[in-house]
Amino acid sequence: MTSLVIAEHDNHELKGATLNAVAAARLMGGDVHVLVMGKDAAGVAEAASKLQGVSKVLLADGPQHEHGLAENAAAQVVGLAGGYSHIVFPATASGKNIAPRVAALLDVAQVSDIIAVESPDTFQRPIYAGNAIATVQAPDPVKVITVRTTGFDAVEATGGSAPVEKVEAVADSGKSSFVGREFAKSDRPELSAARIVVSGGRGMGSAENFKILEALADKLNAALGASRAAVDAGYAPNDWQVGQTGKIVAPQLYIAVGISGAIQHLAGMKDSKVIVAINKDEEAPIFSVADYGIVGDLFQIVPELVDAL
Amino acid sequence: MKVLVPVKRVVDYNVKVRVKSDQSGVDIANVKMSMNPFDEIAVEEAVRQKEKGVVTEIVAVSAGVAQCQETLRTALALGADRAILVETSVELQPLAVAKLLKSLVEKEQPQLVILGKQAIDDDANQTGQMLAALLGWPQATFASKLEIADGKATVTREVDGGLETVALVLPAVVTTDLRLNEPRYVTLPNIMKAKKKPLETVTPEDLGVDVTPRLKTLKVAEPPARKAGIKVPDVATLVDKLKNEAKVI
Repeated sequence: MTSLVIAEHDNHELKGATLNAVAAARLMGGDVHVLVMGKDAAGVAEAASKLQGVSKVLLADGPQHEHGLAENAAAQVVGLAGGYSHIVFPATASGKNIAPRVAALLDVAQVSDIIAVESPDTFQRPIYAGNAIATVQAPDPVKVITVRTTGFDAVEATGGSAPVEKVEAVADSGKSSFVGREFAKSDRPELSAARIVVSGGRGMGSAENFKILEALADKLNAALGASRAAVDAGYAPNDWQVGQTGKIVAPQLYIAVGISGAIQHLAGMKDSKVIVAINKDEEAPIFSVADYGIVGDLFQIVPELVDAL
Repeated sequence: MKVLVPVKRVVDYNVKVRVKSDQSGVDIANVKMSMNPFDEIAVEEAVRQKEKGVVTEIVAVSAGVAQCQETLRTALALGADRAILVETSVELQPLAVAKLLKSLVEKEQPQLVILGKQAIDDDANQTGQMLAALLGWPQATFASKLEIADGKATVTREVDGGLETVALVLPAVVTTDLRLNEPRYVTLPNIMKAKKKPLETVTPEDLGVDVTPRLKTLKVAEPPARKAGIKVPDVATLVDKLKNEAKVI
């Protein structure tokens, strides 16, 4: 029994989500191999070879894998699937894009977004925006799985010394091509990996007002997040969205500012270690999950908090 | 160009579901059901592409119990031209739905299938990608912008860290994200018109598809409850608690 974990990376750096996926794979029993698909990604493969608990790294290197196109990535994984009992992706935008393609080509079911491994074929996953936790058994011979990264503590990034084996990259599908990318440059930590997250909701009132959260985030070296209501209202970019259909975060400290706490939002942050809520409505549902709440005007409280830190 | 739009009947997004006391599932008896919000965005996008003159016919498809007809009527009221229901009382999992859709695609020969990125009941986020794989078509998931021209779909996707644009050779599968559009409201005259639009019913057996569930749900439980904390009177107390009690800053 061996698991194949598909590495998340940008051709230069191995992303943290891979470490959580490896942690989940180790709980499934047997060896853990990591597959790196990319262009000039030998450095990523080397980083993967140092992860705790990884016994082999496969590197499929070629221009057709530079941008993670699902058609090429899925074909590569399916070609290697033969020897594996579990094929494990982090539940990132990329993992969610590729995994179901692999499952369908192998004619097996996929178990999405697992938060616990009960046995090699039985997993827990949230449904209905986390309002229920289903325990599901996957009898198919190969289990295709995506891992909610916040459900598993990352393995150590150093100490391992797995061999790196090159595999031939599959041919380009010719059916899809990469056109471009617009990534906001930011010196802040990545939202889904940050130790502290400061999030704003509709209560912020405008995109301009969102700036007061930046001062707080700077003080705490925090990532910035937003509720769907704030994103829909145009106050914050979509990739800041925390919730059922956005990012799932579980930082040490989550500060919710002007967020009422719709169930879809709670689904994305209620596993945070400590939650602080700042809201003028003392009946707001966010207070029912907050460890510490302050009722009052956020435009007074946030600057006060910045000064007090 | 013909477009196929699969839509799913789900518990309305405003309903907070309750787990059944025997842990066999969630209680959906007598709760409000609606079209999956992401699928509504898919129907709206198809209608907008038709209004632009790119799309000529919109076929809405659903799979499930007889009441899915209501969901299809909503799609017709939004602007779909006709509808197909694959009727079954078997619990449908994403792979089974993808196989049913594949069979309908082979029959209808659309150039584009557009559907929601995930359903808000099982939160699986699988069906579109699985369908694309089974058909050997390219895919663009989490779309926030769609342009169709010269046999190609140029799709902007919401990915971690920002936006990415890909070009797909048609036929292709596109799954929708929230910001693709804002669906219109259904008007009464359009609801009346929708009643007269054709709605065909088939079964998985008619399509020759085995829809037996693969995954077995052993248990459905309440998530561990988070205990409500305390309200603090001022910022100074908050900072003190965070530093000395929670020790997170």
